[in-house]
Amino acid sequence: MNNKNLRFLFLIWMAFSAGAYAQLTIDVRGAGSNQYPVAILPLKGEEGLPQKVTEIVAADLYRSGYFKIIDSGGVTPVPAEPADVQFPTWKARGADTVVIGSVSPMPNGYWDVRFRLMDVLKQTQITGFAYQVTGPQLRNTAHKIADAIYEKMTGDVGVFSTRITYVVRRGTRFELQVADADGFGAQTVLASNEPIISPSWAPDGNRLAYVSFERRKPIVYIQSLVTGQRIVAANFKGSNSAPAWSPDGRRLAVVLSKDGNSQIYLINADGSGVGRLTNTSTIDTEPNFSPDGQHVIFTSDRGGSPQIYRVPVSGGAPERLTFDGTYNVSPRYAPDGKSFVFIQRTGGRFNVAMQDFVSKQTQSLTENGIDESPSFAPNGRIILYATEVRGRGILAAVSSDGRVRQRFSAESGDVREPAWGPLTKNP
Amino acid sequence: MKKLLLSLAVAGLLAACSSTDTQKSADVIEGKPSVPQASTDTQKPKPPPTTETRPLTPPDTRSGDPLDPLNPQSMLNKQRSVFFDYDSFVVKDEYKPVVTAHSRYLTANPKQKITIEGNTDERGSREYNIALGQKRADSVRQMMVLLGVKDDQIESVSFGEEKPRNPGHDEAAFADNRRADIRYAGDK
Repeated sequence: MNNKNLRFLFLIWMAFSAGAYAQLTIDVRGAGSNQYPVAILPLKGEEGLPQKVTEIVAADLYRSGYFKIIDSGGVTPVPAEPADVQFPTWKARGADTVVIGSVSPMPNGYWDVRFRLMDVLKQTQITGFAYQVTGPQLRNTAHKIADAIYEKMTGDVGVFSTRITYVVRRGTRFELQVADADGFGAQTVLASNEPIISPSWAPDGNRLAYVSFERRKPIVYIQSLVTGQRIVAANFKGSNSAPAWSPDGRRLAVVLSKDGNSQIYLINADGSGVGRLTNTSTIDTEPNFSPDGQHVIFTSDRGGSPQIYRVPVSGGAPERLTFDGTYNVSPRYAPDGKSFVFIQRTGGRFNVAMQDFVSKQTQSLTENGIDESPSFAPNGRIILYATEVRGRGILAAVSSDGRVRQRFSAESGDVREPAWGPLTKNP
Repeated sequence: MKKLLLSLAVAGLLAACSSTDTQKSADVIEGKPSVPQASTDTQKPKPPPTTETRPLTPPDTRSGDPLDPLNPQSMLNKQRSVFFDYDSFVVKDEYKPVVTAHSRYLTANPKQKITIEGNTDERGSREYNIALGQKRADSVRQMMVLLGVKDDQIESVSFGEEKPRNPGHDEAAFADNRRADIRYAGDK
């Protein structure tokens, strides 16, 4: 039954992915340790929409690995109000919760979207919201509904309505794209005939810092996603790369070679006020701020091989964090600051690993062997990274407990350099 | 006609170069075809004369010019790359003559600016590879500075693994891409 439902859902996705929106399709392997069985009934009035809201909600929840989607077919009429729900039917199908609601056009051209999450045993409402949105916002509204359900059931923040960025290479063409967290609705924000790497989200979610080679050297730019305008944040003699935002969005850590070798510097977000953070004659790169803004973790070969270190932003002696193996790179703090992910090379294979700051225990999360650029979802539950399938770059994700895996397979091009955006404030 | 003479002169210089330096023979072979090509081109319009007169090759008065790095026939134009071992940024002995030759030109032409572009193979972190490519470019820069080139003539930058010359994924491709290139201001 479960498998059948999953396969059914999968078919729904395939239908999505053939649609005009689809840039990426998703393939899920594995499941969370604890799955919440939920029946998601069609919203009354959504049949006429180009994309059914509840299909997007179901796809989001299924993809998280923490929900079992219960077959909601064959019930007529479909209930839209709590009084109409036949709770024994849903109990018999194994659902603990039922989602009901409606979508209706309003005279001002907006859509009125309502949903309720009902507890099947208690026959009471767990949560419910109403939204007035434009047609193009319906997809985002579906993600917000999925977020609300996810938060109520798991106690964690939902990230379905967040965005991701990544770089697509097609031949000699490079595009920096921004898409919904499920890979749909991709938009190109920068296109170039030269490489683009290391996109990094400002904490406000409205700006991206990145490295572009359009002037025959790596230069750090900051681009507004609202206006499309950009500024040069770092263009010193030599290479300028690896931008990372401070949590308050006022500063960036960047890697500059202006003083002789690749070292970490702090600059203001307008490119002013350069100050050196690390001081070695070796490589220091890939900085990433701690969520409290007090520390920076980074990669350095000061000990003879690339390893991960932590240094206070106020300066001081860096502390080495990784000791296993001879190649540990690309560190990123977990949003709760308690652990970090990184890429670990073991026997010539590059995989995503996670290390706890207190216990110093390391857990390997992937085994593709060609993984790079890990990036935490803002709730800390999923790590997005780049990998390859048959020589083509794709994005993949793994849950922070290693149990749930997803692959985003683009229709064409090489996809790399993913970065998961911050939580968006509810308007 | 001037072009022909120039290329003849450079070819002669190249040959002289190759006999003293321990360069890869491939570079010399590459240089050779320019001579027969040029001569057949100029002879084409005329029927072969029974008696042939030839002008003397004029002495080279443009001191240093045949080694102009912007001249496609010049050794300084053809030999712009320094290759590195895996995970290494040490300039190997076999590439020191290349760096030395460019340094000589740059010390003689202190207004000429160059960029040294460091590259890596595709393995490992993209940002770490930017730093590794930078280290390779810096190795070449430091050697040039020791040879008397002014620091402000040189900018060393890194492309990391982002602009591979060889798009392959095997050892040979990796070796091609572990490289620093010398680029002159004025190059196309």
